[in-house]
Amino acid sequence: MINYDFQYDVIVVGAGHAGCEAALAAARMGCSTLLLTINLDAIALMSCNPAIGGLAKGHLVKEIDALGGEMAKNIDATGIQFRVLNTRKGPAVRASRAQADKQLYRLRMKRVLEHQENLHVKQGEVTALSIDGGELRGVETRSGISFLGKTVVITTGTFMRGLIHIGLNNYPGGRAGDLPSVGLSDQLGKLGFNVGRLKTGTPARLDSRTIDFSRLEAQFGDDPPVPFSFSTERISMPQVPCHIAYTNPRSHEIIRSGLDRSPLYAGIIEGIGPRYCPSIEDKVVRFPDKDRHQTFIEPEGLDTVEVYPSGMSTSLPIDVQIVFYRSMVGLERVEIMRPAYAIEYDYIDPIQLHASLETKLIRNLYHAGQINGTSGYEEAAGQGIMAGINAALRVKGLEPLVLSRSESYIGVMIDDLVTQGTKEPYRMFTSRAEYRLLLREDNADLRLREKGHAIGLVSEHDYAAYLRKKEMIAAEYARVAATRLVMDESQQQFLIKRGLSDIQKGTSLEQLLRRPDISYSDLAEFDHVSRETPQTVLEQVQIQLKYQGYIDRQLDQIERSAKLENTSMPADLDYLAVNGLTTEVREKLSRNRPDTLGQASRIPGVTPAAISVLSIAIKAHAGRSAAEESQ
Amino acid sequence: MYIRDTIAAVSTPPGNGGIGIVRVSGSQAADIGDAVFKPLCNGGLISHRFYFGSVRDYLSGEVVDEAMAVLMRAPRSYTREDVLEIHCHGGMLVVERVLSLCLRSGARLAEPGEFTRRAFLNGRIDLVQAEAVMDIIGSQTEAALRLAQNQREGALSQRIDEARSLLLHALALVEAYIDFPEEDLGATDTAAISSDISSARTILTKLLTGFEDGRILREGISVLIIGKPNAGKSSLLNRLLNENRAIVTHIPGTTRDIIEETVNLGGLAVRLLDSAGIRHTDDVVELEGINRALEKIPLADLVLFVLDAARPFEAEDRLILNSLSGSRVILVRNKSDLPVILELPTETDATKCVAISTHTGLGVDELKETVRSTFLHEAAIDSRDFVAISRARHRDALVTADAVLDRFESGLAANLELELLSVDLRDALAAVGSVTGQATSDDVLDLIFSSFCIGK
Repeated sequence: MINYDFQYDVIVVGAGHAGCEAALAAARMGCSTLLLTINLDAIALMSCNPAIGGLAKGHLVKEIDALGGEMAKNIDATGIQFRVLNTRKGPAVRASRAQADKQLYRLRMKRVLEHQENLHVKQGEVTALSIDGGELRGVETRSGISFLGKTVVITTGTFMRGLIHIGLNNYPGGRAGDLPSVGLSDQLGKLGFNVGRLKTGTPARLDSRTIDFSRLEAQFGDDPPVPFSFSTERISMPQVPCHIAYTNPRSHEIIRSGLDRSPLYAGIIEGIGPRYCPSIEDKVVRFPDKDRHQTFIEPEGLDTVEVYPSGMSTSLPIDVQIVFYRSMVGLERVEIMRPAYAIEYDYIDPIQLHASLETKLIRNLYHAGQINGTSGYEEAAGQGIMAGINAALRVKGLEPLVLSRSESYIGVMIDDLVTQGTKEPYRMFTSRAEYRLLLREDNADLRLREKGHAIGLVSEHDYAAYLRKKEMIAAEYARVAATRLVMDESQQQFLIKRGLSDIQKGTSLEQLLRRPDISYSDLAEFDHVSRETPQTVLEQVQIQLKYQGYIDRQLDQIERSAKLENTSMPADLDYLAVNGLTTEVREKLSRNRPDTLGQASRIPGVTPAAISVLSIAIKAHAGRSAAEESQ
Repeated sequence: MYIRDTIAAVSTPPGNGGIGIVRVSGSQAADIGDAVFKPLCNGGLISHRFYFGSVRDYLSGEVVDEAMAVLMRAPRSYTREDVLEIHCHGGMLVVERVLSLCLRSGARLAEPGEFTRRAFLNGRIDLVQAEAVMDIIGSQTEAALRLAQNQREGALSQRIDEARSLLLHALALVEAYIDFPEEDLGATDTAAISSDISSARTILTKLLTGFEDGRILREGISVLIIGKPNAGKSSLLNRLLNENRAIVTHIPGTTRDIIEETVNLGGLAVRLLDSAGIRHTDDVVELEGINRALEKIPLADLVLFVLDAARPFEAEDRLILNSLSGSRVILVRNKSDLPVILELPTETDATKCVAISTHTGLGVDELKETVRSTFLHEAAIDSRDFVAISRARHRDALVTADAVLDRFESGLAANLELELLSVDLRDALAAVGSVTGQATSDDVLDLIFSSFCIGK
């Protein structure tokens, strides 16, 4: 093994969506950073669907952006269809989604990495961590070079012991066309990590020249497209539509006829797949009454004929795949360019992590992304940026940055993972966030910009823009509270037209905006100031006014739970010796070792009674420690 | 503050009884047993066996009492800790001495409700069951005891769980439409959501209706007998008491002049309030005496207004009637065996009225039934299958849940955004869950357990 003659502050293993954010965050925070990847041409590759965002995922992307991450900017620069989902529902559950030009997305991210100061990007497969006397020293690669690093972030995605299934054929691979990572998970297992097995899948890629789009319904994006990043002014990429196709009873018959050769149903696949993203054979078997399933045919890019039929992942043999895809209306002559496949991979139980994403077993080692049992680019990136930030903060000797459940989806996700672990690939949903009304896409900057700036990730330019917006919101809020109707002609006309004759002279604009049927766009008829104020500012004031009752209720709940959240568990507390806990709870706590009482309360099986016993045990422990010190 | 040391208390009611039980719970229970109790056969106490022996003062060697003792090793005990029970003769002094020996041997005196609190904290019983334990202790009648036992068996928990799963189902529907706009789900299934909610509310409403019955079964009601002199108040009192002499208890009232007589009217514990003052002035028409009786009206759950059917409606009757507005009243036309002269004013038409004769016993059963049905709904009369909430804390939580669900339903009808509806639904779930202790906090626990008496 040849030692590379430089000690990095942070080594990031893997250059997927988690690894890229981790490496950029660490480097931007001034740490000398090494990003190692098995294949330099597969940086930030979208292994599955060519899209970013969606419900709760869009929220994650905006939070990553607010903290100073890259994902939002990257999709803004390479997106070819932007849509805001749930526009008919309230602001908290509206979410952005965009189709990406897959190749451009990857190339732009690679370029950003290459131009990043403090960052080296190198090709190499990490086969082992270098550990000396229990202390992490760096990593070893298959090509025989070992790199020294003060901290290491592992983001292996689906690569650790990756096994690809197409029908009853299977072969090792990290992704179709790429080698798996072999050795690392064995070592992690020996170090005491609980290694589990998950499964995911991806549909075939189809040749769009062999699809009759005239028989499919087109779905266009929003016009104008709304960007993800708070820093992006406008989207300049050309925009293209998706198309909607459906399966039919004959398709389902074909699927059923091939089940005997499905590795899933033949029991060959042992990993657990995601319930929210089942393969088409799963859908057909579990919902036999449904006579059709929908698919969006998504373009993989502007400069390619490859398209992606969403929701049609399968591990059935290739001959069944061909007949199945061709059974759909409009796809009768379709040619498969890359077959669908399922992939099994190793993950590490995330309850073995602190909320900083540092492992509890090995100091200075961080895990992010699919290795923690998650699924999705956005989930990976959200963990990646936090792992990168916390590795950098460790190098600088600073306290970790842990986002709470009440301030971010990132916080909800990491808290879920470290307190509850996961048995299936974990995906973010808005329903996982108990303070959903507060965690909106539109206020991600108000929630997280300051934190991102404080650790040095948000540029001064972006931060100044944020401060201007914040000031304008405060000023506008004060203005609508102070401005009262004088009942001039334009106001009178407006009220008559809207059937609001009950409104008196002297009513404030604020009171008017609280009415359910009145919005800023209505006010613009007579209110010149609001006409000239940026939409993003008006939006904040309007949401605050319309949802104040609900928002106040959630703020109240946060305050009530603050006591639990702010109580740290003593690191040396012996749970087995705490009287009054059931054996089950003792074992769970010993295994999980929560950082706070709030975390403990969310471990499944830990009852409110156990929490009250614990809170007393903590006080008793503190008393004992104080007594010992004074002796 | 809750510390896991060893506790002891007298667990039979205060006063002299046939036997008195001292109970000890905690890690030192076995040691304390060895120290204070000497079994007749030599050797230590084997778990879950009942021993005959003696309690000795281990300092003086003096035998305090002959006694039976049983050691129940954790976790097969009420608190899931080691529990020692010493059954001794029930004289106050003896029991107190046995307790003080236990305390001298290392136990500390248990706080109110602490045994049950430990049972709860150790996962032996859930919150609803813990509260029901106290009701079993305090039950005045068998019907109340059945209600308490029902609750302890988890019948209430089961009803609450049913409501919870309905709400969870509705929440799942709401959340599906929020999180999966891209899926082919069709329009929001508001019909299914509202059906879940209305089923859940039906359960809550039933439980809430039962609350009043439950409270009444547990606490009983107070009844004031009022009427002008010679109307037959004392005879009525005696009639009610005579029939139930065997279960009458005499408890000195809080006011020196008031004697409380408790009587069981078919499962309903009734405390009859009778002013000694009125009885004293029965012979002489004395306005003062009536005034003193009138002052008691607001204290009573029910007023039995006794009228003399053989005399006209007189000035004293009018005076009493005028004082009864806002009270629950039953008019009792006594002396119905005599020719009827009394004519009631029309304003009493809507008031329940029973004709009786304290002399012959005519109508007394009907009166009792009327009293009972005034307070208990059909279901409560045979409460074996009757699940009720009987704690103000449960009621408050369910009232909150019901109010939130009411808001949810109007929101749903008004097409309010789903994510706002979801907030209401989650609040309702939290409120319902707090009944069985699923969303409880230290403060709530302290409140509950401080209202417990010592021991089970």
